[in-house]
Amino acid sequence: MTRYEAVIGIEIHVELKTNTKIFCHSTTEFGGDPNTHVCPVCLGLPGVLPVLNKQVVEYAIKAGLALNCEIAEYSKFDRKNYYYPDLPKNYQISQYDLPICKNGYLEVETGQGKKRIGITRIHMEEDAGKLVHQGTITTSPYSLVDYNRTGVPLIEIVSEPDMRSAEEARAYAEKLRSVIQYAGVSDCRMEEGSLRCDVNVSVHPVGTGEFGTRTEIKNMNSFRSIQKAAEYEIERQIEVLENGGRIIQETRTWDENKGITVSMRTKEEAQDYRYFPDPDLVPLVIEREWVEAVRNSLPEMPEQRVARYIESGLSEYEANVLTASKEVSDYFDQCLKTYNNPKMVSNWIMGDLSRLLNSVNMEICDCRVKPAQLADMLKMIDSGTISGKIAKTVFEEMFNTGKDPETVVKEKGLVQISDESAIAAVVDEIIAANPKSVEDFRNGKDKAIGFLVGQIMKATKGKANPQLVNKLLKDKLS
Amino acid sequence: MITKADVEHVALLGRLYLSEEEKERYTDQLNAILEYAQMLQKLDTENVPPTAHALPMQNVFREDCAGDCLTNEEVLSNAPEREEEYFKVPKII
Repeated sequence: MTRYEAVIGIEIHVELKTNTKIFCHSTTEFGGDPNTHVCPVCLGLPGVLPVLNKQVVEYAIKAGLALNCEIAEYSKFDRKNYYYPDLPKNYQISQYDLPICKNGYLEVETGQGKKRIGITRIHMEEDAGKLVHQGTITTSPYSLVDYNRTGVPLIEIVSEPDMRSAEEARAYAEKLRSVIQYAGVSDCRMEEGSLRCDVNVSVHPVGTGEFGTRTEIKNMNSFRSIQKAAEYEIERQIEVLENGGRIIQETRTWDENKGITVSMRTKEEAQDYRYFPDPDLVPLVIEREWVEAVRNSLPEMPEQRVARYIESGLSEYEANVLTASKEVSDYFDQCLKTYNNPKMVSNWIMGDLSRLLNSVNMEICDCRVKPAQLADMLKMIDSGTISGKIAKTVFEEMFNTGKDPETVVKEKGLVQISDESAIAAVVDEIIAANPKSVEDFRNGKDKAIGFLVGQIMKATKGKANPQLVNKLLKDKLS
Repeated sequence: MITKADVEHVALLGRLYLSEEEKERYTDQLNAILEYAQMLQKLDTENVPPTAHALPMQNVFREDCAGDCLTNEEVLSNAPEREEEYFKVPKII
């Protein structure tokens, strides 16, 4: 059995979060009734003139800097000609040989530590429209077209073929999304299609320098499916080669339900895009002052946040988990504004909050508990108003209702008993009822005290202040 | 040299239907045009950077401010075929 090595490269299209389209003033707002976010320019009516949205260039430069790229001094737009109904002009305005950014890299965490994945180029282009089918694309008798998305600005980020496993491919895609989000150029919502990945996969026998023939996989709408699709494709290609077959260069689509990739081969001839400079758009000359101004406006990047979190006393693991998503990291920072105990906040975010969010499949930005409310609850634990154990119940109620912790504690009668005489009475009761455990403890069995504390907490429905219980119990037993 | 096969290929890419007679005629005409443009090859362009645009202009931008869009009725007013708020087109896979 030959051992094979996989080679993976990824192209990611990111929709930029501008207000308007790349070459006209139509809104980029997601949704909206079909064919209502369009104007003569994005419809490609005769005689219109596209004019470049300055914000698109600024965001592209920003993404390039965040990904350690060189920013071109001279760049231009080209026409990519092809015939498809989602493209009203019959060409897409894109960038061919002078993209705005090139030669960058991204560092990802892999099983073997940090790895640098090269970024070949980033170019600007316009998105295409959307085809809608009654039933599925294969059974539908015709296509319906909605041009709302036509002309929405995209950047395409092309990686070097530097990944060697499906896990690395996923790690790259996740890290890239995080960097783009931190840079603030896109909201990267995969479910809305504002981040779309195409994965190129090939395999070759270990030890041969030549890469194998590659296939391109499209239509993955989560990081999990990127990994799964790449895994499947690597296995499939190895099997074809092992059986004496050869790999055909083709585009394949990921079938989420069946967990397989399927060929999208059509009878059309090889694409011939006939690129040429778009005569409607004048070239870009990007002054270094502009690049520096954009560099200075870059917000804190994930690596910088990780360093800041470790400085504040968190472990590297915690820092990495919290910063993996910008929303989670922002939530954490918001909590610290009014309750400066990073460890405690991180425990609650990574523990109860994550668990509850996952249980209802919710993102943190839709969470009813606001950071200030979590901070208030943690303060109540510190002041002894509620115990850490009761806090779990309080927090779950806050999560479900969005109520303030004070309100929940009042409504549910969850205030901690810190009245010494009240607790002392219960302690006496439990001591009298458990002579065996008392004797065990006096004979040096430290475990016995745990049992007694448990009984006292049970008797007070978990409301007794645990520190006080421990103190009173030890006083009475010694 | 442009061949008849080249003309057929470009016609297909542009979704143009050409008769046999037109294919012959266009092959000759396109070759004549290219031959005329060949004169440029005689120039010494050793130290001339490639031109991407004929105008002495650069960096023409617009601000990112929204303006009015067309109504759905206006958008579809030239549609050969429509269904509800959509353009209706032959299915292409």
